[in-house]
Amino acid sequence: MLYREAGDFKTSYAADLQTFPIKSERILFWAFTAVAFLVVPFFINDYWEKSILVPFLVWSMVALGLNILTGYCGQVSLGTGGFMAVGAFACYKFMTAFPDLNIMICILLSGVVTAGVGVLFGLPSLRIKGFYLAVATLAAQFFLVWMFNKFAWFYNYSASGQISAPERTIFGIAVTGPNSAPWATYLTCLTIVFIFAWVARNLTRGRVGRSWMAMRDMDIAAEIMGVSPFSAKLSAFAVSSFYIGIAGALFFAVYLGAAEVTEAFGIDKSFTALFMVIIGGLGSILGSFLGAAFIILFPVLLKNLMVGYLGWPTDLAAHFQIMIVGGLIIFFLIVEPHGLAQLWRLAKEKLRLWPFPY
Amino acid sequence: MRFKLLVASAAAAMVMGTAPAFADLVFPSLSYRTGPYAPNGIPFADGYADYFTLINERDGGVEGQMIKLIECETGYNTEKGVECYESTKGEGALLYQPLSTGITYQLIPKATADNIPVHSMGYGRTSAANGKVFPWVFNYPGTYWDAASIIVKYINDQEGGDLNGKKIALVYHNSAYGKEPIRTLEELAKKHGYELSLYPVDHPGQEQKATWLQIRKERPDYVTMWGWGVMNQVAIQEAANIRFPMDHFIGVWWSASENDVLPAGDGANGYKAIAFHGVGSDFPLFDDLKKYVIDAGKAAGDGSHLGEVLYNRGVYAAMLAVEAARTAMKLHDTTDITPTMMRDGMEALVLDNARMAEIGLPNFGPEINVTCSNHGGPGLGAISQWDANSKTWSLVTDFMGADREVVDALIMEDSEAYAAENNIEPVACGS
Repeated sequence: MLYREAGDFKTSYAADLQTFPIKSERILFWAFTAVAFLVVPFFINDYWEKSILVPFLVWSMVALGLNILTGYCGQVSLGTGGFMAVGAFACYKFMTAFPDLNIMICILLSGVVTAGVGVLFGLPSLRIKGFYLAVATLAAQFFLVWMFNKFAWFYNYSASGQISAPERTIFGIAVTGPNSAPWATYLTCLTIVFIFAWVARNLTRGRVGRSWMAMRDMDIAAEIMGVSPFSAKLSAFAVSSFYIGIAGALFFAVYLGAAEVTEAFGIDKSFTALFMVIIGGLGSILGSFLGAAFIILFPVLLKNLMVGYLGWPTDLAAHFQIMIVGGLIIFFLIVEPHGLAQLWRLAKEKLRLWPFPY
Repeated sequence: MRFKLLVASAAAAMVMGTAPAFADLVFPSLSYRTGPYAPNGIPFADGYADYFTLINERDGGVEGQMIKLIECETGYNTEKGVECYESTKGEGALLYQPLSTGITYQLIPKATADNIPVHSMGYGRTSAANGKVFPWVFNYPGTYWDAASIIVKYINDQEGGDLNGKKIALVYHNSAYGKEPIRTLEELAKKHGYELSLYPVDHPGQEQKATWLQIRKERPDYVTMWGWGVMNQVAIQEAANIRFPMDHFIGVWWSASENDVLPAGDGANGYKAIAFHGVGSDFPLFDDLKKYVIDAGKAAGDGSHLGEVLYNRGVYAAMLAVEAARTAMKLHDTTDITPTMMRDGMEALVLDNARMAEIGLPNFGPEINVTCSNHGGPGLGAISQWDANSKTWSLVTDFMGADREVVDALIMEDSEAYAAENNIEPVACGS
């Protein structure tokens, strides 16, 4: 009853093509955004920031990036962890080499550097696809992690190979380093994710996004129709890596504050990101957020439930959590192979007809 | 539908945010009972928890204050470690002992900002021994660099005081933890004239065939190891496979537990490792542990690890925490201590042999006298050796000191670099 199109008239093409065509959905979206920007910062504490909201936002950014490449352009990538490492180390080098550079510029520049690296490792995609491309990107993962561990220049010759983010400010407010306030880091991440989710949504609706999707659905047909595989595939790699690089920079500088390449950006990160986009929904912006929420927040929820409320031993809870999350992944993929975003879409379809379904 | 969704999300939100509950003495235990490091994480976590249980059961707490232990599973993973830190610090946590160098590195700036002490006992950032730069971080009774130096000293003694032209290899976990000793070993190589070769092993370290083939080819005179978790047992097994003389294979104190040597069976006989505390269960305290904790059914684990090296280390860590809390109570003349008071207690901790005997651990570890500028403790270590027939560790040397000249200079250099990088004004220590 609340969610319906009756009375919601469109008088222009622009109105008809908007992201949220139904009024109640628009209201919901803006209300949600307003709460995220205007209410949450007043209530956030260290625990919510470091354990829940910031990781969720950072991983949403990763999932957005990978979704552009895998979901929209159909190029499977297992190099996400490596690209995140590029973003993190680029950010670290910018932060330490140019102490006066604004942190926002550092983060954006690390995205640009990662985009370059992504294009480089995207070159094989012009010749190979599917599993073969997955293996090529896997090589990127291992090569990049090895490189950041091997050459001490990347971590400024520190004895332990750890990089740690010095304190940097925006408008005089610390957003990196241990003294940063929870609301500051949260708002930094939220702003970046909000802007780039917006950009991603509109990129994927436009000419570039259509060329990616054409490439995904059938590359030969797309080529015959005049879509250049060179620019379509490499632009997807560039944009995707840009997103992942920014996420890597946020992951290191804002979220953790210190990182060690083998531990923080290992192959498991690549798999985590891939699971997110598959579970969330390939080729869906909302799916990136839902997937990140499922993979990052659900285990925390389960842990708090089992250890905090039921008082189970921590090891039992940890094992249970792995089993439950694993089981749910299989369950969701069987019930809805198109991911959580498709479930949401179906729910909306049903709601539109409720209470008189035909 | 909407309403249900709202209720569900509200319930989820409530579960997500844990309510703070202030107890008397809160000691979080960032343990890992799952994952590739669990074989080492479990005995330590059990020992840590059991000692606190003993104090609660036998003595009714520390000076009448009961201890509340909060366990949080990290899986040796830094992100989970951070989550554990954030979720437990609101409960009035007095002290963090994360048992992971990676997590320690992560917590040093955070805990310093939150004014909660961190005790990385024999691990973590070595240069945190400089209390002027790291007022909130402690790593007594010894550091990695002490360990590296003592191992080299022992090798030097074995070789009759001349290491010129000898080859020493370091097999290490390719992480912040494993890389810690490299600087010291390089510095000592300059001093003693041995040749150092490095063999990194990537996490988790289940595959080391190539590493050990290379070692067989290069034939180093001694191999030292900075390993943890499954990496240890694999390395010892591989060393046995290439018939490397086990008494020339010396591990750090984290590569020296029963779990590490037992899988290799007789092959591990003679394997050596450095230790900073005693081995076995032949101490009066363990009778109490058995009586009040394990036989009473209150053990944290299944009670089978009693007397194992890492269990003992957990007990030792908990004992040091309790003694520091006691010192803090005396110092501030209150039993209701805060993390800041706890820090003062740690910095004023004096643990002599008489007190150790009183606790029931006579000669278990070296005498400790923490000062404002020295958070690294005496830095003593002894070499222990594994006997595969009787399945026991035994100390084959006395506790020896590290090469202070080399180690202290490195600590100063590294901590000053850290202070400069992070704009830290070193604390004036009075002396």
